[in-house]
Amino acid sequence: MNLIPLFKSKLSLPLYSSRVEAGFPSPADDYIEKGLSLDELLIQHPSSTYLVRAQGDSMTGCGIFNNDVLIVDRSLTAKHRDIVIAALDGELTCKFIDLKQHQLVSANPKYPPIPIPESSEFLVEGVVSASIRFHRPCWLW
Amino acid sequence: MLALVDCNSFFASCEQVFRPDLRGKPLVVLSNNDGCIVARSKEAKALGIPDLEPYFKLKTLLEQNHVHVFSSNYELYGDLSSRVMKTLEQFSPELEIYSIDEAFLSLAGIKGDLRGYGQEIRQAVQKQVGLAVGIGIAPTKTLAKLASFIAKKSARCEYVCVIKDTKEWQKVFSKIPVGEIWGIGSRLSKRLADHHVYSVLDLMQQDSLQMRKYYNVNVARTIDELNGIPCYGLDQHPEPKKQIFSTRSFGAKIMECAALEQSVSQYASRACVRLRKHNHLVKTMLVFASSGHFVDNPYSRSVVIQLPIPTNDTRYVISIARKAIRDSIFRAGVHFARAGVGLIELQPECPEQLDAFTPTQSNRSKQLMSVIDDINKRHSPVYFASQGVNPDWTMRRNLKSPSYTTKWKDLPRVLIK
Repeated sequence: MNLIPLFKSKLSLPLYSSRVEAGFPSPADDYIEKGLSLDELLIQHPSSTYLVRAQGDSMTGCGIFNNDVLIVDRSLTAKHRDIVIAALDGELTCKFIDLKQHQLVSANPKYPPIPIPESSEFLVEGVVSASIRFHRPCWLW
Repeated sequence: MLALVDCNSFFASCEQVFRPDLRGKPLVVLSNNDGCIVARSKEAKALGIPDLEPYFKLKTLLEQNHVHVFSSNYELYGDLSSRVMKTLEQFSPELEIYSIDEAFLSLAGIKGDLRGYGQEIRQAVQKQVGLAVGIGIAPTKTLAKLASFIAKKSARCEYVCVIKDTKEWQKVFSKIPVGEIWGIGSRLSKRLADHHVYSVLDLMQQDSLQMRKYYNVNVARTIDELNGIPCYGLDQHPEPKKQIFSTRSFGAKIMECAALEQSVSQYASRACVRLRKHNHLVKTMLVFASSGHFVDNPYSRSVVIQLPIPTNDTRYVISIARKAIRDSIFRAGVHFARAGVGLIELQPECPEQLDAFTPTQSNRSKQLMSVIDDINKRHSPVYFASQGVNPDWTMRRNLKSPSYTTKWKDLPRVLIK
């Protein structure tokens, strides 16, 4: 039997994985689940998550390299030793936050810790919840 | 109770989300074609930069004051707007998106401290999206709008204003001009002045039945709403699209028929994308073009075309739009400043009445359009040759910021040094 193609479907679901023969249906049909999505894995709060690109080498010690894509969740509250995005002197930067000694710490001995300024100009923009590195050049850029 | 949540200087604030260096600085955003100033940051307002003035007139003033100037970045504003709305959904199951930067929320069932709840909403949007909002809370939409106006003006409110009992607000209401009320425009407020109605309080104290006779039912409803009697409910399911217009002013004047055809091809194509997104077919369309208003011999023509078959096939709509330009609209010697395509009579695609005698759009064109829409969503866009390649009449957006949240190449950069 020919099924009508699911035209313009946005879903990547295997809706019919077996031909519907008159008679016995595939027992696996009951176990079909939707495919895995990287969005689901990487983004817990879609409306408050932003993507940014890292530029520089001060976080190589924790595995964030130049040009990596960082997933920043603004809805999370920074905890001690979280990796955060912060606005510092009018620029966005990425560091470990040391809430005990009140400083921003790099993951590269080349860069000394920066004391968190008291001024209201300093703001934690979000917590870096994951980072993505391409091991071949990304096909999109 | 209802809340109106309204983003402060929305376009200007969006430009600051990924640019901490611009926070607290004077900044303005220009309209299409970099024509007028349409948004100003708090600091730009404080400098006395006027709203809705042509950019070229203010260029020197802006430069002297080191004001940052941006073209409209609708990609960015649209994305941030939808994030704000999604954040608001956490606070109320009933939400009406009123405009790109405003939404009404039902607070039915919220017990206790409404001001505190408002502050919670405000803090959530600030933290999760990075934008500041003002909130007006009141029993009716008109009062909630008014409350949000007060929330913005009065520092004491800290951006959240709750109007529960209007009697307590009479003194404030007597100082707010009637024209500030939702739905009372400048024209109406001039007419109201004839009845010695100048302030919000003046209008509130009118008899709504009598005013209905002098003016119209909307004025009467506004009076009731100001007195705390709800007349307008939340509109959560906006009606299906009735018309789709795609129209722009050109970056440079057009004098050739071919260029004008290119422009309407592009508008037709855009309109069809929207048409298909809403699963509609067009039955009647409108094509128009005009010179500017401010020329010696203003010229303007429009043509309405009944389509023999309801369609959403871009190829077909483009060919009709071009023919209309060629045959009836274009005129040599006219400096065209504006053109557009309107899909004015629509019908839903699904319940197509299939009978042997009504011709319908072929399945092939349906499939082709869906493939094109799909490609354009995922990859670099394909388009129809008649739209032209990098035509020089397209919208000027010379000062546009990157599309930080919608284009891979434009992701914000974070320096880790």
